[in-house]
Amino acid sequence: MAIELKMPALSPTMEEGTLAKWLVKPGDTVKSGDILAEIETDKATMEFESIDEGTIGELLVSEGTEGVKVGTVIATLQGEDEPAAPAAASAPAAEPAPAPAADPKAQAAAAIAPKHDAKPAADPEIPAGTTMVPTTVREALRDAMAEEMRADSAVFVMGEEVAEYQGAYKVTQGLLEEFGDKRVIDTPITEYGFAGIGAGAAMGGLKPVIEFMTFNFAMQAIDHIINSAAKTNYMSGGQMRCPIVFRGPNGAAARVGAQHSQNYGPWYAAVPGLVVIAPYDAADAKGLLKAAIRSQDPVVFLENELVYGRTFDVPQLDDFVLPIGKARVVREGKDVTIVSYSIGVGFALEAAQQLAEQGIDAEVIDLRTLRPLDKETVLASLAKTNRMVVAEEGFPVCSIASEIIAIAMEEGFDHLDAPVLRVCDEDVPLPYAANLEKAALIDAGKIVAAVKKVCYR
Amino acid sequence: MAKSARPRAANPRSSAPKPAAVAASVSDVSAALSSPVEDDATFALRSLQQSHANNKRYDASDAELLKFYEQMVLIRRFEEKAGQLYGLGLIGGFCHLYIGQEAVAVGLQSALNEGHDSVITGYRDHGHMLAYGIDPKVIMAELTGRGAGISRGKGGSMHMFSTEHKFFGGHGIVGAQVSLGAGLAFGHKYRDDGGVCMAYFGDGAANQGQVYETFNMAALWKLPIVFVVENNGYAMGTAVKRGSAETHFYRRGTAFRIPGMPVNGMDVLEVRQAAEVALEYVRGGNGPVLMELNTYRYRGHSMSDPAKYRSREEVQEMRDKHDPIEGAKQELLKRGVTEEAIKDIDKKIRQQVAQAADFAESSPEPDMAELYTDVLVEKY
Repeated sequence: MAIELKMPALSPTMEEGTLAKWLVKPGDTVKSGDILAEIETDKATMEFESIDEGTIGELLVSEGTEGVKVGTVIATLQGEDEPAAPAAASAPAAEPAPAPAADPKAQAAAAIAPKHDAKPAADPEIPAGTTMVPTTVREALRDAMAEEMRADSAVFVMGEEVAEYQGAYKVTQGLLEEFGDKRVIDTPITEYGFAGIGAGAAMGGLKPVIEFMTFNFAMQAIDHIINSAAKTNYMSGGQMRCPIVFRGPNGAAARVGAQHSQNYGPWYAAVPGLVVIAPYDAADAKGLLKAAIRSQDPVVFLENELVYGRTFDVPQLDDFVLPIGKARVVREGKDVTIVSYSIGVGFALEAAQQLAEQGIDAEVIDLRTLRPLDKETVLASLAKTNRMVVAEEGFPVCSIASEIIAIAMEEGFDHLDAPVLRVCDEDVPLPYAANLEKAALIDAGKIVAAVKKVCYR
Repeated sequence: MAKSARPRAANPRSSAPKPAAVAASVSDVSAALSSPVEDDATFALRSLQQSHANNKRYDASDAELLKFYEQMVLIRRFEEKAGQLYGLGLIGGFCHLYIGQEAVAVGLQSALNEGHDSVITGYRDHGHMLAYGIDPKVIMAELTGRGAGISRGKGGSMHMFSTEHKFFGGHGIVGAQVSLGAGLAFGHKYRDDGGVCMAYFGDGAANQGQVYETFNMAALWKLPIVFVVENNGYAMGTAVKRGSAETHFYRRGTAFRIPGMPVNGMDVLEVRQAAEVALEYVRGGNGPVLMELNTYRYRGHSMSDPAKYRSREEVQEMRDKHDPIEGAKQELLKRGVTEEAIKDIDKKIRQQVAQAADFAESSPEPDMAELYTDVLVEKY
């Protein structure tokens, strides 16, 4: 029984090629690996190897023939002792390059995109009479890690200076003492390496909390955050997870110049497969970091150095966990909505105070989670106030503000009485000089000006 | 798994000071100012190499050698079939074949505890999966992008995983698997479960910076990991000598006090014996080992590589004189295993691969709803 040798596709894009040269003739005995012919593709001349053993029967396409379609039978091979090598038996009919997907576009259109029906749970009710404890954001983050480490032995903290030094920004203070050096691990200065070790440990079933001294340094590790952590679950068909938290300060600090001052929120929020959280106050920092550590998904948890020392009330509860993916209305108002996150929320609240004095009642929304984004809360507020400003400490181009504005256009257009404006940092690397730095960053005054504009005041 | 006891390799760090709990003492700092003292680590770093050189080949039983032969033939026939299906347009994108390198995965992984010890590799991953007992059907179905594929058709040739077998991929970014592998080893140590990780990478990946970041931490923390450089001579189209200042990859751990050993990766018994030496050291809590497996890929880097950077004679010479499957076959015949017994294996494997190909061609593409699943695990 003859095996049909077909014109092979020799690159991802090849549809036809030239049969440049035959290196065998009828009657030749060939074995697996022998070169049968040279075939020219659009890119290169390739060798066509035999994968079966046998004797060449006929050469059906002569040397020098151009435009031979992939899948055309070009020769036959007589199998030796094994009749009908499975190759031929199982090969489909000589259709050139059978593309299994008939019409990917049509099929994709027919696919039912998942509805965003899973409404994020509301914040847990805080029982009446709960003691509120003034806590810094720094302490709240530490408490969150300590509580989760007590609850789950798979949780460990790794990063530069997290153990003996107690954290470059003292966020991990006291953890080494309580949990020991097996679970609180100082790394060398080697972001790419320890981000990969963390991601691998998560793939193996542990729950790492990886601290970057700042997210500026995570640029060296972004490959593992995106290519290793974010994509694994999808690429494995849901088989292999990467439950890891990458956390650390993000955004501009004070007078540290361009390389140490950048908000990566929009970068990570652009990547499917990641959860991105950027809290403002201490209670959110605690409740959301606990949720992040418990999550089965990879989480990028963006803190802010300038907020670490601010004090807020945190409810004294045994297990205070907040829902991921849920924005919070931090100030109710009826005239205009200011959407922000992280340190921007502080500026937005300050602006709202100033606006109240001028007779404008602003609602302030803290997104808290940047991915998945809580569109419902943003759109519900827009439907109420009909005007919106997005305040973001970060570059304006391709920002979270850009995304909120797109959502307002696509899904809230009928509710808009004015264009949505964004108040972001200037579109320049952050300068060092005090006056220039101040001019480059957002502040309450810039938000007030934008709000007045959308209110036509 | 160790077949026979052999002299325990000296611990290269045995004479090193215990890591101080606090910052280096004044004397440590001032000691560094005087000229470095040669310690016995210099010798100990070569101890595994020596140990391997003294006893090169694994003393396999006939049954073991037949099993190795069968696994290598499975990989060879599977990859040939994959190449054929690629040619027919049934497999798309990038497809990197393992033909020629079979003895490496088979020899090394036969020494591991499948399902307990972790294995991780790069994008040339089919062979390592087959050597770890993963069903060829679901691998081939992944290559053809079908819903029954091991990654439900969403990963493809370069992105396949089996957490059940503790095979952790299948990674498309060159070198990423080295630090991920150290993370898996970290997990074994953290849980104290006695497991090790075997992390494969190529001679090309060996030039990535994160490999050395990982060597440093793996040695510093004595992680149970075997680093395996599969040196097939070419990083895509760049010959080793054109891309590497130090072409002896087993020496590349020296700066981190990781002992290395060069191994003939075309002889499955030598590979297995080297694995015994390396694993005994790593399982003994001594930290990582760096193995360099000298091997050769017969095919191009990927299916679309015409491999014009080397001569046909070079490839033919490797096929004719160093083929790992032919080598194992000759060894079997010499031991008195009959031609018929070997032919039976060949036949069985051909059938198995044909069935895998049939399955991969006939099973349906993923359901369209799969487009949106597995992005995140939880609902928020």
